[in-house]
Amino acid sequence: MTTELLDRRLLFVTGKGGVGKTTIAASLALLAAQHGKRTLVGEVDAKGNLADFFEIGPTSFQEREVADNLFAMSMDTEESLKEYLSLQLKVPLVARIGPLARTFDFVANAAPGVKEILTVGKFLWEVRERSYDLIVVDAVATGHITGQLAAPQAIQELVQVGMVRDQTGWMLDILGDPAQTGVVVVAAPEEMPVNETLELVERLGTETVVDLAAVVVNRVLPELFSRSEEEIFDALADPSGDPSPADVLSEAVGGPVRPILDGAQLAVSLRRTRSVHLTRLRDELPEGTPLLYVPYLFQRSHGARATRQVAEHLGEELGF
Amino acid sequence: MAKAKAARKKQAATTGSIEQLLAAKEIVIHCGSGGVGKTTTAAAAAAMAAVHHGGKVLVLTVDPARRLANALGLESFGNVETRVPPEAFAAVGVEPRGELWAAMLDTKQSWDDLVHRHAPDAATRDAILANPLYKNITGRFVQSHDYIAMERLYEIHASGTYDLIVVDTPPTRNAIDFLEAPERMADFFSSRLLRWLTVPARSRVLSMASKPFYSVADRILGSKFLEDIAEFFLLFQTMYDGFVERAKAVTRTLEDRRTTFVVVSTLESAPVREAEFFIDALEERGLHLGAVVLNKVLPAWFLERGTTGAAKALVARSDELAAAVPDPAGPPEQVARVLREVGESFLNFQVVAKREAETRAELAAAPDVIASIPYFDHDITDLAGLLELGEQIWR
Repeated sequence: MTTELLDRRLLFVTGKGGVGKTTIAASLALLAAQHGKRTLVGEVDAKGNLADFFEIGPTSFQEREVADNLFAMSMDTEESLKEYLSLQLKVPLVARIGPLARTFDFVANAAPGVKEILTVGKFLWEVRERSYDLIVVDAVATGHITGQLAAPQAIQELVQVGMVRDQTGWMLDILGDPAQTGVVVVAAPEEMPVNETLELVERLGTETVVDLAAVVVNRVLPELFSRSEEEIFDALADPSGDPSPADVLSEAVGGPVRPILDGAQLAVSLRRTRSVHLTRLRDELPEGTPLLYVPYLFQRSHGARATRQVAEHLGEELGF
Repeated sequence: MAKAKAARKKQAATTGSIEQLLAAKEIVIHCGSGGVGKTTTAAAAAAMAAVHHGGKVLVLTVDPARRLANALGLESFGNVETRVPPEAFAAVGVEPRGELWAAMLDTKQSWDDLVHRHAPDAATRDAILANPLYKNITGRFVQSHDYIAMERLYEIHASGTYDLIVVDTPPTRNAIDFLEAPERMADFFSSRLLRWLTVPARSRVLSMASKPFYSVADRILGSKFLEDIAEFFLLFQTMYDGFVERAKAVTRTLEDRRTTFVVVSTLESAPVREAEFFIDALEERGLHLGAVVLNKVLPAWFLERGTTGAAKALVARSDELAAAVPDPAGPPEQVARVLREVGESFLNFQVVAKREAETRAELAAAPDVIASIPYFDHDITDLAGLLELGEQIWR
């Protein structure tokens, strides 16, 4: 595994809800910035979570520098439309934007793919303008991502003429170039996230032109014991025996040891259940898919500290 | 209004348990951020209600894992409700008082059904179903998913077939989207632009001259595409009355006293934020919050008194303690290493457990039922597993 993941220009980070998609997007961006790349990280879901991962105030459509080389923004399709119109239409638009905004929601809803193309298009535009070395998009969850990435094709099929149609050509060129664009799928080693990852990987291939750049397995629990140690642990945890090992240890340390052994038991069986899903993921992904592992972090919070730690782990995985 | 709210609060405060909630309501809607376990929790609640309360109970789910279908003893289930075979209960030694039914939401099929119901004649119906935009809109239009979920719920409830319907909501970008979906749908069909789009083309040219922003839309999307949209909506317009009426009825069902919402969350910060947001949104709309279910919570014994000191001692005094262990299954230095690992692992998990306890305390400020489901160390593969999970939240 090499550092080439970050040599692409545009990464869409997706995953099933709850797997840590935003954490990974924030950390990848931080890692790239730390290595001297001028990086933009953009949030697509307007939930404002991204700001928490850098401990900064709310982000907006207008990007701002949040750390050295690192810029953050959040997508707003209406703003994107305004920007697009002022860049593309050679007539002053100020007067028209008001009424347009009011009906915008309707047009965007009525015409499938318009909202999506304004989202994807903004990032592709930044790639084309070479404003950044790398753009990391905290994209929509697995269920919606193919719709978003396939929007330029959908528009091409549905819309025969007009400005939007004219723009789809160069968009598809950038989207379909594996040297420039890729999707990073975040998974947790659990049943549904693994299912959704595998389904998405297949759909990316059939429904979009975008390359799968990597799969990040987040929250991997540590392996506590080797096989021989596991036998020792089983003997320690055995409640029979009078006194049991737990009783003896509790007496010796002057506190309850049973819950501590139960805790280790939980950790061991969780890891075991999850490794089944992890194996399935590894076996069923297309050969050669880069897999990155991020350990479960036993943490107080999910703020800047966690982002930094995950960035470190990703850096190790990528060979920095 | 304020009075109604106060009354609702009081009612919520006296509800007491999930068991009572499920006994008192006809529609229980599970919502929350993606990946928190809504589907499983909804299925477990429905199974418990079928076992203990009796009557006909339906779990209406969106995208169940194959394992869940298997857990319910169903090979697969679709848009049509399927009864969970009594043998599936018998196999785990349970004799349910009632019947458990399951159905999955098939968005495309539900839209087609809707068109069948509201189209004025067969020709219009077929023209709509054959329109290429129709497929795109029903498939890609995000709100269409939310709307159809609520619409289907309304339809099933109005059929009077079930005593209790437990619903799992679709994974949306924003959990409250589906609450607004019926209203948005009604707005959508009555909007000015739609009326403009669907007037005959000649008069549109006239109105276009007076409304410059339509020409902008025209430049962006191209007039051909606008024509396509117009044609499609012209067809759809014929269903307008039925549709808006229906959307209003769906909204009334959500607001009905017999409907309640269960907010599901883990104790991770992002889902909790969304849960809090959702709780506020329910209150704002005057909808009934029945319970908050916290899923994948670390067991309480991680916070048992004296454990921190004991775990630290296991780490610090591992060599000495290893020598004291009766009948060790390996050499002392290995036993010592195991003791250190055990102690350290516990302390690691304890950090998370403390954070969770803190978050939980903040959430508990809401006066409704709070139930927690501990972290299961195994996947749920059968009805017994679902019921085991259900037991955790029942009382």
